[in-house]
Amino acid sequence: MTGSSAAPAVDLRDLRISVDGTSILAGVDLTVATGEWVTVIGPNGAGKSTLLRAVGGLLPAPDAVRLFGTPIGGLRRRDRARVVATVAQSPVVPPGMAVLDYVLLGRTPYIPPLGRESAADLAVVHEVLDRLDLAGFHARELATLSGGERQRVFLARALAQGATLLLLDEPTSALDIGHQQEVLELVDQLRRTHGLTVLATMHDLSIAGEYADRMVLLAAGRVVAVGTPREVLTDRLLAEHYRASVRVVDGEHGPLVVPVRPRRQ
Amino acid sequence: MLKRGRLGPPVGAVTPPRPAGLRKRWLAAGVLAVLVALVAGVSLGPVSLPPGSVAIELLNLLPGVGLDSGLTEREIAIVTELRLPRAVLGLLVGGLLALAGGAYQGVFRNPLADPYLLGVAAGAGLAVTVVLTLGVGAGGALSGLPATIPLAAFVGSLGAVAMTYLLGSAGGRSRSPATLILAGVAVSAFLSAGQTYLLQRHAESIQQVYSWLLGRLATAGWQDVRLVLPYFLVTSLVILLHRRELDVLSVGDDEAASLGLHPQRSRYLLIAAASLGTAAAVSASGLIGFVGIIVPHTVRMLAGASYRVILPLSLLFGGAFLALTDVVARTAAAPQEIPIGVVTALLGGPFFVVVLRSVRRVLT
Repeated sequence: MTGSSAAPAVDLRDLRISVDGTSILAGVDLTVATGEWVTVIGPNGAGKSTLLRAVGGLLPAPDAVRLFGTPIGGLRRRDRARVVATVAQSPVVPPGMAVLDYVLLGRTPYIPPLGRESAADLAVVHEVLDRLDLAGFHARELATLSGGERQRVFLARALAQGATLLLLDEPTSALDIGHQQEVLELVDQLRRTHGLTVLATMHDLSIAGEYADRMVLLAAGRVVAVGTPREVLTDRLLAEHYRASVRVVDGEHGPLVVPVRPRRQ
Repeated sequence: MLKRGRLGPPVGAVTPPRPAGLRKRWLAAGVLAVLVALVAGVSLGPVSLPPGSVAIELLNLLPGVGLDSGLTEREIAIVTELRLPRAVLGLLVGGLLALAGGAYQGVFRNPLADPYLLGVAAGAGLAVTVVLTLGVGAGGALSGLPATIPLAAFVGSLGAVAMTYLLGSAGGRSRSPATLILAGVAVSAFLSAGQTYLLQRHAESIQQVYSWLLGRLATAGWQDVRLVLPYFLVTSLVILLHRRELDVLSVGDDEAASLGLHPQRSRYLLIAAASLGTAAAVSASGLIGFVGIIVPHTVRMLAGASYRVILPLSLLFGGAFLALTDVVARTAAAPQEIPIGVVTALLGGPFFVVVLRSVRRVLT
């Protein structure tokens, strides 16, 4: 783990993204320290996924995004892929592809453009599969796995990338509550043992609050609140920006957000 | 790391899981298929020659080999001057069409992509028709292709694939794999209409153009082989070197980009290579459909879904398939020859239904 004097894992300065003339992000400032877990929340269309795509280098923001002190525009694609790995919201499942081959795709930034994987690449892949309890799955076709197993494989590919910054776009939206917890516990454990930095977007506010060190509330392309889960998950902020009627109660690991049906007039 | 034994798998593990790749027995099967097709292609015809003698005569073509095959001078001439160039051209064209089909399927992430369904072949066909009817730079003789034909075909095929891609993307986010194929069908129809118009205006060329359109390996000579060979080498080299990138592209552009790939650059390069191969195949042998869909899909079903397996095997089995189809085309209704494009269509039509059924999930 890098000391606190080192540059932050993510440093966004006045990040602006427009798509077809529509402003999606209207000047976002945010820093994520190395080893931190920051979760971005916000109503639909707030720009959460766009934020993650920009940090992952998929949208042009050459100077506004800095990763570990380097402007993202100054990184070559392959170098960028060794620094930041993304688990997409609903990753494509290539038909007929086996788990081993899928996780091996994570080694792409280390394999010469026209070459093939080395023994070291395979060793990394096997280590990751072991660590995520997927050792028995290597020959299984990705498409035949259950939702929870599949999510573990998606994570395995990202880990095989060897990047220390992990971007998770709605990592649990396709899972039942048991698998949601399983996946997030796993990510948290990996974060601690491997010094990963996690930047995630999530819809379920209670679960988001239980795992994040800090949360960012995004609305209409702007950061409207940053802080600990207790500071961000408040009745007032959620009512204002989600137009939701909720009650926030104290839980063991953070505030729990309970939807409450609005009173009839 | 595991210690590797002198022979066979590493010592110390039961069976270490290996990533997808071309297994030796499949490579051997592909090479064997090519050799069988070559011997069959040279042995069978109006004058049947014993396959054993033909095999010996083929070996004699290797430097330093001089065995007695028992064939007469005339029979040896049939082997080396008539049937061998035809079989070799069949191997090259079939390999190119199957390889291009496999590459298009990967690039467009579409199991139905094929040089014909994308309109690529129609574009090449129109371009060649323009050259033949208007006599642009052509000597007029069909056997012995004017050198302008492959170039014109290449321009035509690139134009067509660009039209199909643009038309297929017009649906924006709602587009599905079927949209691209529908666009290809529309582009093919449009280009074929242009071709029909040209033929109607130049009735004197109809016979010549039609005999070419329906697929002709019949008049193949070494000259045609020499003309196609450079295109074959360039296309195969570019596509085979990028076979791993096609596996990366299968997770979609965004994910491929976050894995460090330049998806658009790889795509353009592969489309150019596949279109060049298609153009060379079409200019040498006319319109021979369905090879690009039958062969890669059969390989995918039997040997594995990775492009590292599909592409090299499509090249080998595609060649063998077309060379053998040519044997059927010239023997089934002997002494008449059935155009080879008709034979592949008869096989390909039903096969297409099988593919459609197996990819229904992908399309909806």
